[in-house]
Amino acid sequence: MLTTSEKEQIEKEIRQVPVKKAACIEALKIVQDHRRWVSDEGIQDVADILEMSTEEVDSIATFYNLIFRQPVGRHIILLCDSISCYVMGYKELHQQIVQLLGIQYGQTTLDGRFTLLPNPCLGTCDHAPALMVDHDLYRDLRKEELENILAKYT
Amino acid sequence: MATIYIDNKPFDVKNSKNLLEACLQLGLDLPYFCWHPAMGSVGACRQCAIKTYKDEDDKKGRIVMSCMEPVKENVRISVNDIESTEFRNQIIGLLMTNHPHDCAVCDEGGACHLQDMTVMTGHSYRDYRFTKRTHRNQDLGPFLNHEMNRCIQCYRCVRFYKDYAGGKDLNVFAANNKVFFGRQKDGKLESEFSGNLAEVCPTGVFTDKTLLSHYTRKWDMTYAPSICQGCSIGCNISAGERYGSIRQITNRYNGEVNGYFLCDRGRYGYEFVNSSQRIQHPALRPHHNGTPDKDHIINHVANKLRSGKAIGIGSPRASLESNFALRQLVGEKHFYLGMSDIDHDHTALALKILRDGPVRTPSLHEMEKADMVLILGEDVTNTAPMMALAVRQAVRQEPMHDAMNEVHIAAWQDAAVREAVQEKKGPFFILNTFPTPLDELATQIQRGAPDNLARLAFAISHQLDASIPAVTGLSDAETTLVATIVEALLAAEHPLIISGFGSGYDSFMKAAANISWALHKQGKQPMLSLTVPECNSLGLEMLGGHRLDSALDVLRHGDADTIVILENDLYRRADKHVIDELFSHAKEVILIDHLYNQTAERATVILPAGTFAEADGTIVNNEGRAQRYFQVFVPKGEIQESWRWCLQIAQAAGIHRLNGLMSLDDITWAMCTAIPSLELVQQLAPHAEFRMAGQKIPREPHRYSGRTAMTANENVSEPKPPDDIDTPLSFTMEGFRGEAPAPLIPFFWSPGWNSVQAINKFQTEIGGALHGGDPGKRLLEPRKDAVIHFFTEAPEPYMPIPGHVHLMPIYQIFGSEELSMYTRGIAKSAAEFFCIYMNPEDLHEWNIEPGAWFNFEIDGHSYVMNATPNNWLPRGIAAINAGLPKAEIVDLPQCIRFIHSSTV
Amino acid sequence: MERPLTQHITFPPLDLRAYEAVGGYQSVRKALKDMAPGDITALLKESNMKGRGGAGFSTGMKWSFVPMNVSGPKYLVANADEMEPGTFKDRWLLEGNPHQLIEGMIVSAYAIQATESFVFLRWAYKVAAVEIHKAIKEAYAAGYLGKNILGTDFSLDMHLHTGVGRYMCGEETALLNSLEGKRATPRAKPPFPQVSGLFGKPTIVNNVETLCYIPHIINNGAAWFQSLSHTNDGGTKIYGVSGRVKKPGAWELPMGVTMRELIEEHAGGMQDGYKFRGVLPGGASTDFLVEEHMDIKMDFAGVAAAGSRLGTGTMVVLDDRTCPVGFVHNLEHFFAQESCGFCTPCREGLPWTEKLLLAIEQGEGREEDLAMLASHAKMMGPGNTFCALAPGAMEPLQSALKYFRDDFEQHIREKRCPYHA
Ligand SMILES: Cc1cc2nc3c(=O)[nH]c(=O)nc-3n(C[C@H](O)[C@H](O)[C@H](O)COP(=O)(O)O)c2cc1C
Ligand code: SF4
Ligand code: FES
Repeated sequence: MLTTSEKEQIEKEIRQVPVKKAACIEALKIVQDHRRWVSDEGIQDVADILEMSTEEVDSIATFYNLIFRQPVGRHIILLCDSISCYVMGYKELHQQIVQLLGIQYGQTTLDGRFTLLPNPCLGTCDHAPALMVDHDLYRDLRKEELENILAKYT
Repeated sequence: MATIYIDNKPFDVKNSKNLLEACLQLGLDLPYFCWHPAMGSVGACRQCAIKTYKDEDDKKGRIVMSCMEPVKENVRISVNDIESTEFRNQIIGLLMTNHPHDCAVCDEGGACHLQDMTVMTGHSYRDYRFTKRTHRNQDLGPFLNHEMNRCIQCYRCVRFYKDYAGGKDLNVFAANNKVFFGRQKDGKLESEFSGNLAEVCPTGVFTDKTLLSHYTRKWDMTYAPSICQGCSIGCNISAGERYGSIRQITNRYNGEVNGYFLCDRGRYGYEFVNSSQRIQHPALRPHHNGTPDKDHIINHVANKLRSGKAIGIGSPRASLESNFALRQLVGEKHFYLGMSDIDHDHTALALKILRDGPVRTPSLHEMEKADMVLILGEDVTNTAPMMALAVRQAVRQEPMHDAMNEVHIAAWQDAAVREAVQEKKGPFFILNTFPTPLDELATQIQRGAPDNLARLAFAISHQLDASIPAVTGLSDAETTLVATIVEALLAAEHPLIISGFGSGYDSFMKAAANISWALHKQGKQPMLSLTVPECNSLGLEMLGGHRLDSALDVLRHGDADTIVILENDLYRRADKHVIDELFSHAKEVILIDHLYNQTAERATVILPAGTFAEADGTIVNNEGRAQRYFQVFVPKGEIQESWRWCLQIAQAAGIHRLNGLMSLDDITWAMCTAIPSLELVQQLAPHAEFRMAGQKIPREPHRYSGRTAMTANENVSEPKPPDDIDTPLSFTMEGFRGEAPAPLIPFFWSPGWNSVQAINKFQTEIGGALHGGDPGKRLLEPRKDAVIHFFTEAPEPYMPIPGHVHLMPIYQIFGSEELSMYTRGIAKSAAEFFCIYMNPEDLHEWNIEPGAWFNFEIDGHSYVMNATPNNWLPRGIAAINAGLPKAEIVDLPQCIRFIHSSTV
Repeated sequence: MERPLTQHITFPPLDLRAYEAVGGYQSVRKALKDMAPGDITALLKESNMKGRGGAGFSTGMKWSFVPMNVSGPKYLVANADEMEPGTFKDRWLLEGNPHQLIEGMIVSAYAIQATESFVFLRWAYKVAAVEIHKAIKEAYAAGYLGKNILGTDFSLDMHLHTGVGRYMCGEETALLNSLEGKRATPRAKPPFPQVSGLFGKPTIVNNVETLCYIPHIINNGAAWFQSLSHTNDGGTKIYGVSGRVKKPGAWELPMGVTMRELIEEHAGGMQDGYKFRGVLPGGASTDFLVEEHMDIKMDFAGVAAAGSRLGTGTMVVLDDRTCPVGFVHNLEHFFAQESCGFCTPCREGLPWTEKLLLAIEQGEGREEDLAMLASHAKMMGPGNTFCALAPGAMEPLQSALKYFRDDFEQHIREKRCPYHA
């Protein structure tokens, strides 16, 4: 079931678009903001309010890589694996994270703290390598800095 | 027309087409996947690549997708150029990278578009050496298998299921090369048209699950051109047999009727042919001593007919020929229509409206072109499913034309058209008591008691023609709705008005006639389509006969003591006590039918009749189109066509009315002579002596295998193939290998085209008529000189009767039709038969707990059913699911009296 | 040297008042009060402004395809999806001066008589999202957006839409599908978005940098725009360099500076211990250029003549210690992941390409693999696929096969990557 605040936010988005369906991505984002990921129930909720079928909603949800259809940790590490970061050695960062957290891409730490995901270019190539943790961007990273950075997120 | 140059040769082709269609129509073998003649182009698969050239001097050219390029005057293209040939080869190579190469165990093998295209492009060597991606499959219910690893991502499935047929529960998930086509979770596909996926999918992802349970390769089946018996639309089908059982039904293209598709009732409802309940041998009852000898039984029946006073009861699910033969056997005066009286009344009314009125009843193909649709008291998805698919296309038409003009695109540019049209739909109104699956497309829906809805419909007709009496006492909202609908009707060029038997109230049909006639009077070109209950209801009505209730009178008065029943379970024609009484007056009940049913239990003589698969015959659809179906195989036992039983009995009894008639052509000739309105039936298909290059047309593909071994367990010498004295078709693989006349095409096949897509080779233009014209003949054409007699009596406003409830039928695609219920998957999908739906307030007032057993009375007979609340039913109106097996109440609508509710 | 696009960039950016104080929103006044919509399009054509989103199509020409006398809404969309690897120019404009974009969008919307506009922003640009949101609010409050802007009868609404990933969203027709709440698969053209775009209505999609330039062209004219540049392609351009250079970054420079100037002066040359081997001149989907091209002019024609594309004008440098095979593998991995899955060559061809490159990189390459890669590059060429993603993906591959063939062959011969010690 959608919470009141989810519902209000989604309804606001619906008012902005000519047909309800067009608010689908926004609605998915709203549900994800509240619940961190979009479960099957979340898909159903969005489908109900937008008068779509669950298949229709899930078709859209599964297309986009930043709609999470599986549980994720409290914090999401998006490691840029694109070309400038490749040249500047993102793989070292990756190894370091794997070592620090013991998780591979797509996995979540056992304590539910972090999920590690690869991410295409973060658009900060002049400060490669880079990664984001939640909303925070870290640039010109050296692997030695990682431990302190991750420590900020509990 | 435009002249285009293909590899420097000029051709004249139609402008509205794309280059792929043009090439296919010209007979060129150009591979494709994502394009579909009914669904247009999206350019996804890139398989149909060709070269285009700027002018004669351009030697380099440019690769384009032929499905995405319009035919234009002087366009120069090459199909054979090396680069595009190589590109097409590469595309197949790519599609095969993840394909499991499991043709040997794939149901599609041998009828697979992907196989055909692979061979056509010459792709024979696998360069890809890495691991394949794999998917998990889903359980999609009783009708379809799912094997996603075979997917080539052409997107046809979702385009058909979602875009064309309006299904909700199939989609594409994920992105890149992980895209997955299926449902969100396992479960039965909900669409009534899901089975088409098996044909729309060019590979073995979606295959027919009912076929799998008795699997046979396409080339190992014996086929005949046939007609679906599932409802009054009469879709054309190909039925395939092996070892004496029907294995599969596939679409048989008919440009005017069903086009490329079938509904699931039609596709899967064939299992009754293979049922263990089949009557295989003639029998005398109660048990006859010794082996029943056919001649003995025929003589027995002949004696009964000679000595007794016999009547015949025909059937709306039997052919014209069989009904006619019975009529002749007992004499016209003693022939009764084997329909319920209400079905008879509706069908007679429909026939009168279509025969006497000035308005044309359209084919499904014509319906798709309607620019306004009005449905009165009919749930076509459940009573005539393919009509719903046609209406769906019609509702797309009107906004499409605007969009196409504005944006300068052609109808086949499917994605662009859908984008330009957005959610816009053509004007479409539904007046119906219950919700219907088409409601989601409607501009406006009106619900209410049937009488009140019919009054609105009469009010509409009055607005169109003042000579029709006005309807008074409408609410403001109703008056506005009437005005809206009238305005939409007048704004349209080709409005389509649909009504039929489904509600049980004939005033809907009368109002529909009024509306269409009034529009006609104003110079419009309306279309009027009326559903009738069964596959040959209209044909039987054209043949004519007495009402069923008069049969009871005749028996009661002792004017008859012997009944010959043709392919009919009379317990489906009137309430149980009525039929019980009918039988109690009869000394002899002779049943010619295929299945042991309730009527068979009462019969004294049983004669095994061929189903559509074991008989030749003609039926007339709701459009008045007579269509011929052909015997697929020679059945085991003494099963034969009902009409042949009649002929043999007549012979034995010396009944001159059928003297000397032996074959299908004979009986058809006799029928057409006796009944001039059926005259065209003789022209439906070439007669039995017809030959192509001196040869018969084979029912079996030339690769048919195992003939010498099939019955080796019984006898090592190969049996002589059966003769077919009735038709130009042979029961073997020998015969003429070229293209047969359209009505005689058993299956679509062409060299290099083993899948259903071979149809392209048989059409005058892609998506158009078959060569020589689509099969079938319309028996009803509007009368130019018709004098219009409007129906003048609108029903009175609906008033609930205290202590009573009006009981209405609800028809269901899965459940209401008798024979299709022998298919397990269909029976599983059918509704519960003991539910009586009522308005919750009625339940409350009568103190009935929802879910409790409800006792009520009809004509002094009491019944018990499960009270099920339903919000959309008006007060005082109840409904039950119509046509379910063992239902004892069939005479609907009728008035029921409340007794009490008991707790169980 | 004039730097119209970046002169007022600050972090945090100027608020509306401060922006107005440096001449902001003047072009809105001028356009809405003194110019007819057609005048603006004509001016753009005259200036020869070429879109900065990668394809370099004339902006004025593009606008002129919008039908002017149709009923119903029209739309303008700022393409701020910027997901092309190696590209980071729009981020600078978005974070550093959002009002400039809004101003450009208002004038552009007026030119095509759009009534609604969207900024399609990629998810990762969190700071930009905050700033744009703030700036749109300010613009509404000041009467630059909303009903009857500056008392004229022109009205415009503006929405910020943040994406949820997928490079495809940058392709303009896929972007429109995404804005409609659908899967971001591209659409066939024709019909072009100018005729049937968002919700089937006439729509213009322009790159952020393109739109940011509009106010300056309105204010200063076509001749001025031409005068800024070293070449026929007018104006300045934001160039960027990343990779093993001393001072990676982005700079606004006259269109047509040489590659040498960019790499050696602005980016400070290669880092110590690294040598230059090649460069993707305009983002991940452009052909490699090498040493011999150092002196070409970085404008649309100049880069094209050298066999590549100006693209986004942001370069990625390949150095001598990075394996070219690994480099290209990284690119193809990206493209294979980001394929929408709609058309066959892209969906199936890119993963295959990626696997071939990985095999080579890991010492499992076969001799025939190079021919296969070359044939893939041809098969996924322009026109053969549904949209420009796959052809873009093939540009670095085909040029790497040309310029770094020895490396590929060495991998296959020695069955190992020579760059890994
Ligand atoms: C796969 C793909 C991704 C693209 N991504 C972007 C992008 O992120 N930003 C952008 O402005 N243009 C992008 N483009 C180009 C756009 O399709 C479009 O041409 C551009 O936004 C037009 O703007 P302009 O005329 O101002 O250059 C992309 C194109 C393709 C094929
Ligand atoms: S499942 Fe069949 S129809 Fe659907 S995309 Fe795959 S191959 Fe095409
Ligand atoms: S997704 Fe565009 S070419 Fe494949």
